[in-house]
Amino acid sequence: MTFSAELEARFAKMMQSYPPGRERSALVPMLLYAQDEIGHVSEALILEVAARLNISRLDVDEVIGYYSMLHKRPLGKYHVQVCTNISCLLAGGEQLLEHAKKSLGIGHKEVTPDGQFSLEEVECMGACCWAPALEINYDFHHFVTPEKLDQLIASLEKVQ
Amino acid sequence: MKILYNEPSPLETRVLSRRFGLENSERLDTYLATGGFEAFRKALEIGPDQIISEVKTSALRGRGGAGFPTGMKWSFVPRNHPKPRYIIVNADESEPGTCKDRLLMEYDPYQLLEGMLIAGIAVDSRKGYIYVRGEYRYLITHLERVVEEAYSRGYLGKNVAGTGFEFDVYLHSGAGAYECGEETALLDSLEGKRGIPRMKPPFPAVSGAWQSPTLLNNVETFSAVPHIILNGGQWFAGLGTPKNGGTRLVCISGHVNKPGVYELPLGYPMLKAIYEVAGGIPGGRKLKAVIPGGSSCPVLRAAECDLAMDYDSLAKAGSMLGSGGMVVMDETTDMVRAALRIMAFYQHESCGWCIPCREGTAWLRKMLARLDAGIGTPADIDLVGELSKNMLGRTFCALGDAAAMPTISIVEKFRDEFEAKLQSYAAAGLVQVG
Amino acid sequence: MAELVTLTIDGAQVQAEKGALLIDVCKARGIEIPAFCYYEGLALQAACRMCLVEVEKMPKLQPGCTLPVAEGMVVKTDTPVIHEARKSMLEFLLANHPLDCPVCDKGGECELQDMTFRYGLGESRFLENKHHVDEQQWSPVVFFDRPRCILCYRCVRICDEGVGVDALGVVQRGVVSAIAPSHGDHLECDECGMCIDICPVGALTSGMYRYKTRPWEMNHVGTICTHCSNGCKTTLGVRGGQVIRANNRDHSGINGEFLCVKGRFGWDFVNSTERAQSPMLRTNGRLEPVSWSRALMTVARKLNEVKQRGGRVGFIASNHTSNEENYYLQKLARQGLRSNNIDHHRTGDVVTLIDALAGRTDALATVADLYAAKASLVIASDLAQQQPLLHFQLRANWRHHRSRTYVVTPGPVRERKFAVKSLHAEPGRELDAVESLRDDLSKEPELVILFGDAIQGDAVRRLVAFGDSLGIPVKYVCLLDYSNSRGAIDMGLAPGLLPGYRPVAEAGLEPGMTIAEMLADASLDVLWVVGANPLRNARLAAENAFVVVNEMFLAETAQRADVIFPAASAYEKEGTVTNVCGEVQSLKKALKVMGAKTDLEIFGLVAAEMGIDLGPFQPGAVFEEIRREVRGYNVSLPVIATGGAAQSVPLNGRVPALTRAELIQSARDTLFTSGTLGRYSKNLTSVLEHPGKLYASGIETP
Repeated sequence: MTFSAELEARFAKMMQSYPPGRERSALVPMLLYAQDEIGHVSEALILEVAARLNISRLDVDEVIGYYSMLHKRPLGKYHVQVCTNISCLLAGGEQLLEHAKKSLGIGHKEVTPDGQFSLEEVECMGACCWAPALEINYDFHHFVTPEKLDQLIASLEKVQ
Repeated sequence: MKILYNEPSPLETRVLSRRFGLENSERLDTYLATGGFEAFRKALEIGPDQIISEVKTSALRGRGGAGFPTGMKWSFVPRNHPKPRYIIVNADESEPGTCKDRLLMEYDPYQLLEGMLIAGIAVDSRKGYIYVRGEYRYLITHLERVVEEAYSRGYLGKNVAGTGFEFDVYLHSGAGAYECGEETALLDSLEGKRGIPRMKPPFPAVSGAWQSPTLLNNVETFSAVPHIILNGGQWFAGLGTPKNGGTRLVCISGHVNKPGVYELPLGYPMLKAIYEVAGGIPGGRKLKAVIPGGSSCPVLRAAECDLAMDYDSLAKAGSMLGSGGMVVMDETTDMVRAALRIMAFYQHESCGWCIPCREGTAWLRKMLARLDAGIGTPADIDLVGELSKNMLGRTFCALGDAAAMPTISIVEKFRDEFEAKLQSYAAAGLVQVG
Repeated sequence: MAELVTLTIDGAQVQAEKGALLIDVCKARGIEIPAFCYYEGLALQAACRMCLVEVEKMPKLQPGCTLPVAEGMVVKTDTPVIHEARKSMLEFLLANHPLDCPVCDKGGECELQDMTFRYGLGESRFLENKHHVDEQQWSPVVFFDRPRCILCYRCVRICDEGVGVDALGVVQRGVVSAIAPSHGDHLECDECGMCIDICPVGALTSGMYRYKTRPWEMNHVGTICTHCSNGCKTTLGVRGGQVIRANNRDHSGINGEFLCVKGRFGWDFVNSTERAQSPMLRTNGRLEPVSWSRALMTVARKLNEVKQRGGRVGFIASNHTSNEENYYLQKLARQGLRSNNIDHHRTGDVVTLIDALAGRTDALATVADLYAAKASLVIASDLAQQQPLLHFQLRANWRHHRSRTYVVTPGPVRERKFAVKSLHAEPGRELDAVESLRDDLSKEPELVILFGDAIQGDAVRRLVAFGDSLGIPVKYVCLLDYSNSRGAIDMGLAPGLLPGYRPVAEAGLEPGMTIAEMLADASLDVLWVVGANPLRNARLAAENAFVVVNEMFLAETAQRADVIFPAASAYEKEGTVTNVCGEVQSLKKALKVMGAKTDLEIFGLVAAEMGIDLGPFQPGAVFEEIRREVRGYNVSLPVIATGGAAQSVPLNGRVPALTRAELIQSARDTLFTSGTLGRYSKNLTSVLEHPGKLYASGIETP
């Protein structure tokens, strides 16, 4: 498998970050950064990472399902993650999620037919004091109202 | 000038957050211009024993949630161990209601690095890792730039600040797992495995990352250290109440006019925090309940909130200071739904290792969803409390307790709301199930 | 002597080794602390929380499985709080567990069922929908039913820690976490089924056994596996004359909890439709079924006729027949027919080893020694493939005692994962590599040397001389292929040796012909082949020879026979066998296959028909004679009779130098093959890994 030069450089740095013989430590971040580049944790990625870290594919399988940010199915180009945990709940997080479902026409962990958006109801993302909050890919958006969400979606649609 | 997430309050005691809001607060020059690395130099002078003694005197307790005395934790790390020692920062901030470590890393990352360096001196360590939750990618990128600057300016690496002290810092990204905030689960995660908590003993201080002695603390805990070293443990302790040293970053969220992260001394009155610091409850509505320190704490009724926010007072009130995530709930709050949402979280995050947490949280989530819909009998309400108690204290790690404690408290304190839901469902003419 | 501490358990003062686990200390006192995840010898988990106990001065209940006992500790295991905790833990466990015991394959031998009966709640308070996942098939022999799994992680640990294969893991998290196989949706492993045996519930089930019977409908017969030379006990589950399964749930054999794919699944040849079930006689060039009396009479007459005219008779004996059968056969040959033309397929040079060790009585290692020895040296064998129990023992010794293993092999083997040194040696250069280990080995307090067929003849003597020169106690294992390879040579199934390695001259005989010589002898009159298949790769020179074959299957040799006696397998007879370490164990008859007779009966009946008296052909009587007559076999009868293993010690005199080089060659069976038997086991041939490969272990990081 080939990755971008930037990602390869990151991998190379990761491999140097841990004590000798402990390269396996890079497993989780490697999968996450690779997912960012190729869209999901594919079968080929599993085997590639296993080979690079000299571990079994089972070792890789074991962590994928454990970490909620690792996805075996492709996400949308923009992954909309709406928090509905306690602080966001009190600030209308559930209504925001419902609105997102309607606006995007997809449900939890679904992807729009054009592959642009995916939606996920997520757990607390550490934005409790600025609730309700959501993350689109890795960008935080605070005090999100349904209107603000629609504007966000519209601006991202334009970017494509 | 960076826009802060929330306006500071004049009522705050700003120690750790004193650089928040400064122009380029995250840059080395700003840090150096405001007393940065003085504590580090002093720490090198006074040496490990004195550092640990100052931290002990400061009465600093772990800011991640468990509140273990920091100085004591540091003293457990064997300094003359044949294996290398590691400093690990727990930046897996994920207790619902908590969003303070984010700000410390964003606005004052050098304070954290200096805390790590001082810890490095204290336990004779040369390497530190910052384990940042995967959702905080922007902070990882941010910290990568900071660390790069620190290296290029000689504040990390072979010769830190020209002192000859050697220290390297690496960043490590999580990928979505609350359980990895538990320190031993974090270590397994750091090692490229599922984040399953480890059996203790051995404690990480003796055998932690890669089976080496490891000092592991929360971002806020490390960030407090430079102030303690510079101003003395006595001074820091004096900011709080006895045995509850210093200030802490309290995250006030929920039904308040000015939600935000505020640095308050330990022992600060809770009602004052809600009504004065955070500007009170919108619309003049009444306070119903407060989660004092993250969603794993037992919920306090409004009537129980007239207390000082320190570890001991909260323990006396049957709750905990936890991670500093204070969630304020007004009279409109649906407590059954709150209980459901909290349980849904712990069920989602249960690692699955031990039976009571794995099965208990799943069972309770299903029951609470049913009760939230008004379907069930009063006996079901009892069963929710009973199952929670059956998890309490019997799980492998504290996650089971974290799920049980708020649930038990909500069922006990707001049982009437559960009953009202059952009654309204029955009144709607729908057949009752159960 | 370890330090002792005194603690109080349920009000009684107890002394125990400091640091011992409370659960073990209690067990030794007859106090049961229930547990699912705790499994002696495997890593601690503290996951099932069934073993919670009250400990004074500790606010929370403590898991007894990880709690080391300490001086002055006060423990309570039998209080209302604990009863309640156990009840609630079982209630949690059963929440998502199907409550369909009547149709569960594990019903009747399920630990969860037993625990619920003893400690559980009588009713279920769980009213929600159960989490369901469909059952998965991971290999022909392993099925996984997630809803039944209680996540005790025993399977994961036995596979990783025990067998060293690491083919099972845990995926997902929380209530949906599940055990998963090595290759996404299927297993590629040893197919040993250890995970099935160790599973306390019906989550992992055997493809060969599942839903065929209820456990209480079977007779459970503990006998010795008839495949390789390691001598594992396998408990056959038999119903209606059929073997339904094999396992080792009572762990009473030398193999403890271990069984490989052959011991657990390789029993189906017994009920193969291809079994010979009637004697056959060649009539007009074709083999036709005949009565036993006709077949026996034909053979007896032929033998008498040839004996009277001084003709040549040869015997090719088996690696699988019992000691009694072997002993009786050589009596028939030597006393009955005055012939020393008797041999068997030799797979290791035990004879030279016995000679080189002459006079010593403590130089042959037992299977238990491999678990106890401080150091071991493996030469020219892929143990995990060829000697699976011996591999398991070495591995267990390493993980429990940090024993040190050295390996000298022509290719990668699994021991390299834990060996302190592993050297590559081309065939013929093994002893050079061994010599290079001299400094390391001489620093060890003791050593067990295991060697394959590459070390034979003079090389064995040089190896023993090397061992002597180390100045430390050294024991040896000469590796052999099959279930009674050792018993065959011990019982004198060799042209130059009487039972007990005594020279044939003692019986006033000249050494006879080897297998190769018999096959090449154009003037051979009769060849009797017992449980062997020499004509698979060779031709019989004597075109007119009368060939008698005792066989289960009509393989190549049987096709050339004039008379075929349908023989019983080891699972259909009583008797004893001797494993690779010389340990004698008894076979137990598990079933009778219609039409077949044991080889002992066949030999006895032919002798009787010939009118010669070789004594009773009853296994017990023959074994008595063996104990009396065969050097080293005066083993403890009670040990054998109660299912134990007693090592025979034939090391008290020189063995006559062999007059000519004899062919000694291992058949190079893998974990998934077993000579002719393996060809008729569909269970063995059905697995993906069949036929396996030697020296092909991937070298993985430990």
